[in-house]
Amino acid sequence: MDNLYSLLREFADSWVLLALFLFFGGVVIWAFRPGSRAVHQDVAGIPFRHETRPAAPAAGKGAAAEEALK
Amino acid sequence: MWDYIKLAVLGAIAVLAAIAANYAHDLAYMVNALTVMLAAAATFVWVLRGTGSPRAAEPMHEYNDGVVRAGVIATVLWGAVGFLVGTIIAFQLAFPALNFSDLAQGYLNFGKLRPLHTSAVIFAFGGNALIMSSFYVVQRTSAARLWGGNLGWFVFWGYQLVIVLAATGYILGATQSKEYAEPEWYVDLWLTVVWVAYLAVFLGTIIKRREPHIYVANWFYLSFIVTIAMLHIVNNLSIPVSIFGSKSVQVFAGVQDAMTQWWYGHNAVGFFLTAGFLGMMYYFVPKQAGRPIYSYKLSIIHFWALIFLYIWAGPHHLHYTALPDWAATLGMVFSIVLWMPSWGGMINGLMTLSGAWDKLRTDPIIRMMVVSIGFYGMSTFEGPMMSIKAVNSLSHYTDWTIGHVHSGALGWNGMITFGALYFLVPRLWGRARLYSLSLVSWHFWLATIGIVLYASSMWVTGIMEGLMWREVDSQGFLVNAFADTVAAKFPMYVVRGLGGVLYLTGALIMLYNLWATVAKQPATAGASSAVPAE
Repeated sequence: MDNLYSLLREFADSWVLLALFLFFGGVVIWAFRPGSRAVHQDVAGIPFRHETRPAAPAAGKGAAAEEALK
Repeated sequence: MWDYIKLAVLGAIAVLAAIAANYAHDLAYMVNALTVMLAAAATFVWVLRGTGSPRAAEPMHEYNDGVVRAGVIATVLWGAVGFLVGTIIAFQLAFPALNFSDLAQGYLNFGKLRPLHTSAVIFAFGGNALIMSSFYVVQRTSAARLWGGNLGWFVFWGYQLVIVLAATGYILGATQSKEYAEPEWYVDLWLTVVWVAYLAVFLGTIIKRREPHIYVANWFYLSFIVTIAMLHIVNNLSIPVSIFGSKSVQVFAGVQDAMTQWWYGHNAVGFFLTAGFLGMMYYFVPKQAGRPIYSYKLSIIHFWALIFLYIWAGPHHLHYTALPDWAATLGMVFSIVLWMPSWGGMINGLMTLSGAWDKLRTDPIIRMMVVSIGFYGMSTFEGPMMSIKAVNSLSHYTDWTIGHVHSGALGWNGMITFGALYFLVPRLWGRARLYSLSLVSWHFWLATIGIVLYASSMWVTGIMEGLMWREVDSQGFLVNAFADTVAAKFPMYVVRGLGGVLYLTGALIMLYNLWATVAKQPATAGASSAVPAE
């Protein structure tokens, strides 16, 4: 059991730490990717679109997902 | 058919709870079993009355706002109860006679009421605020009706049952003595069931969304729901002594138990009181200001930085204990690193108002939200500073900690919730506006001055207490007895209690204002949502 702990500890503060850092770095780079400005400007407006009613049913990603739920 | 299954299950629960009450080993367990029996019986009757009558199809072209309205009512009422109990125990500390130990046989002592206060404000007031606002926000930002039909109502009522079981249990002596996780094993199990249902409702709504992108507020809410589930399960691993008794034994022991508890405790702050309420900020501040969030990029980085860092900060609660030094240092370092993403989020919230700063003069609701974000920034600076070992050696176990917690809880969590409530009530009940904006201003100033009194008195008494504890004379003997610090703290305790009175008064003014908004104003024409909650 001691050995398993040491092994996991070793693993956690080397490779896992590196993987988490890379993931976070990737997120930051992804947020600043070229062309993200238009996307972010669009999605920042989401709270202002459907104040009173859900969107009408339409073909699209959401509708497909809903079918999958049924 | 479905109704008959429900009736069978509810009937079985009621009978089993009655049997459990009969065999109960302790009073708290018996009262809780009887509460469960009554709740199951009441639900049984309610289901029975609806059996066989034709159901209207769920109106998929409307949002499910009934459960949000119920959540608003629960938030306001539990908030008033929690603030009231907090004010009472503040005065109990200043005037011990207020414990009424002889009269109440110790049942209303500070030690019993203190967990009642913390659970009432964090889990009853804050929890209901998070659940109802997440249901409101996820529907609007997904452009879809709440998933799961009446499952949202199950979450609401199930959560209220958790609160009632926990509160009565505390008074009657059922506690596992873990801070912010006091409820005993059967309440923990029930909360797990409710929480899984909550996750299903929230995630189901996101999955059937009609917006291709998941808005950032939903990321914060989702991380709050998922992380709380994980924390709750691990920290409450315990084995009941008897299935008919409330006592249970923790699986972890010693410093492992302490570390698990503060891993839970600090992440309850990080994910319940921070991530969840940031979800509120990222929706309600842009809505009230009428402009999109300052930087969506920053919100993404804010989210991921917070998620990665917060989970490591817990050990700073265990400086200079049996916890290994490296773990305490790790917790300290991550706490300090957390300062940056926290302030990134604060800047993002505040700068949303850029170009609309004039609203601060005209709109008391936005003023409330801005002060809330200000307190978020202040307490996320104070927290990392207090996590530094040298500072912590002075501040730990003193009232400074309590002051820090309250500038975060009253300032950040309380004020952003008040702002959201003022935003929601006219919309949910189909009223043109709030009953009175000047009452909102009264609430704003009472609450703000109350917090200032609270925080500053706790700074003074905390630092004084820490200095008195470590004072030694020329021979190396401690100068002060513990009772000396208690006596010296009296004036600050009175000021703290007065701060609580101001904050409570503000909340009661809000209660009246929100009630009058619905009761004293006509519904706007064509408001389909103008039905009262159950």
